[in-house]
Amino acid sequence: MSTKISIQHVGKVFGEGRHRVEALKDVSLDIADNEFVTFVGASGCGKSTLLRIIGGLEYHTAGDVLVDDQAIMGPGADRAMVFQHYSLYPWLTVMENIKFSRRLRHGRENLSAADVEAASGRADALLSLMGLTAAADAWPNQLSGGMQQRVAIARALMGRPQVLLMDEPFGALDAQTREVMHDLILHVHRLEKPTLAFVTHDVEEAIYLADRVVLMAPRPGRIDTIYEVPLPAEREQDMKHTPEFLSLKKEILARIRETSGMKTDQGMLDQLNLQGSTV
Amino acid sequence: MQSRPSTRPRRPGMWAIRGPLSRRQYWLFAALGLLVPLGLWWGVSSGAAVDKVFLPGPVDVFNRLVTWFTEDDLMSDMGISIYRVTTGFLISAVIALPLALMIGTFRPVQAVLEPLTDFIRYMPAVAFIPLVMLWVGIEESSKISIIFIGTFFQMVLMMAEDVRRVPLAQIEAAQTMGAQKGETISLVIFQAAKPALLDTLRVTMGWAWTYLVVAELVAANSGLGYSILKAQRFLQTDKIFVGIILIGLIGLVMDQLFRLAHRKAFPWLHLRS
Ligand SMILES: Nc1ncnc2c1ncn2[C@@H]1O[C@H](COP(=O)(O)OP(=O)(O)OP(=O)(O)O)[C@@H](O)[C@H]1O
Ligand SMILES: [Mg+2]
Repeated sequence: MSTKISIQHVGKVFGEGRHRVEALKDVSLDIADNEFVTFVGASGCGKSTLLRIIGGLEYHTAGDVLVDDQAIMGPGADRAMVFQHYSLYPWLTVMENIKFSRRLRHGRENLSAADVEAASGRADALLSLMGLTAAADAWPNQLSGGMQQRVAIARALMGRPQVLLMDEPFGALDAQTREVMHDLILHVHRLEKPTLAFVTHDVEEAIYLADRVVLMAPRPGRIDTIYEVPLPAEREQDMKHTPEFLSLKKEILARIRETSGMKTDQGMLDQLNLQGSTV
Repeated sequence: MQSRPSTRPRRPGMWAIRGPLSRRQYWLFAALGLLVPLGLWWGVSSGAAVDKVFLPGPVDVFNRLVTWFTEDDLMSDMGISIYRVTTGFLISAVIALPLALMIGTFRPVQAVLEPLTDFIRYMPAVAFIPLVMLWVGIEESSKISIIFIGTFFQMVLMMAEDVRRVPLAQIEAAQTMGAQKGETISLVIFQAAKPALLDTLRVTMGWAWTYLVVAELVAANSGLGYSILKAQRFLQTDKIFVGIILIGLIGLVMDQLFRLAHRKAFPWLHLRS
């Protein structure tokens, strides 16, 4: 399979002098066309930063990022991003949010009547794919968190992006809603065939969705280990209980703990306890 | 048989923290808030010891309102004052809006304009009167200029803050859908800031009215502020009261109009209540 995104020796430094933070150091990774890659790792290891660099929302201070062998130059419609929250437009209805990219210049250029028709059909199709048909004319603040994220995903898909970047898109949702969203996003991935880069805190989510799980480590942010997920391409919820799944989950969790640099200090805990009881 | 105390929590009373208040109760309290001071005023002023020049009663004030209306052309005083305030305010708004969009969007513009504006806004508008007379003259435009000076600088800073408060995720989402700079500003930043901008207009409209009396210090011969100043010279305390109350009422009406416009223009923000 051909390489869609090529990350080559990427580094990112925020700030200068005393405020200097090395968010990424020498990160290299090739993501294949139509691949689903998830990123996990301790907080502050640079997952969001890496995703934002691919999206062109942040510039890197070393190395190269190529999409289709072209160096990226800022954000573009070929790489849509889904944020954790606050990204929907509250003044537009669900349908208008989804059609937003159509109002932009590149969406209007060289548009024939048939194109307009097709676009409208696509918006309807996305709406029903996301189970939002009944909510088409609602405003975002009338929807639950899960529905709002479905709108955000539909809106991102509307412009047929080749790359879909998602930064903890389900982080604010409850466990049940999240499971529904997992199967939905896998369905979208099969149907629309975008290349998917997905950041999460949830290791189970990371394994269940991905072809590969990339584990990053902090200070400086870097890629620690890349895990191939030993599951069939068609995922089902039951697979979460298979021995392969569980052992991979255990392995990744252990590795995150090791790389996070934070240890649970039993002596410190005892001391806390002791002081609590004497007061 | 003894009645068992209910174990269900009861509906919180109106004195619970952020407790509920029915519509009827609301208007009852509102009426109380208006009528009690009115009653006190009436009571104090009708006491024999109080000189009418010192504190006229509600009846005197009402009578003065009637004679002002029938004999002294109250409507043209009100008209000219409303004209001055709204014109000064509108000129402020028209200039402040694009500036605020630029300040809130582009850091270099912010760096150039914000400290300067911050500096000027602490200068008292009254102190500009001699300069305004020197530069603008004593025509109608001088009064409008004072109201402009009083409102513009506050307005720019508050509007810029409104623009800055647009969530970054909304802007970045547009950029990853291919929005260009101009499109991001007009289709996202401005749209997202609109409700807050209208609220800022509502608040600054109130300030514009507070500068009316100051503005009409400048060689005016009509207007509510001017009438208040003149009444002071002739010790017509009741007329001062009428003027002040009328300015308050006009302000209240305009405030309500802004609120109505907010409800009509941004219905998604008013889904409850
Ligand atoms: N705009 C910024 N300015 C300065 N430092 C930043 C900025 N953005 C991120 N950083 C720093 O870069 C490092 C990586 O941040 P990043 O947000 O990419 O981590 P993350 O892996 O996404 O963390 P989390 O899991 O908590 O979301 C952190 O140390 C953070 O403090
Ligand atoms: Mg993050």
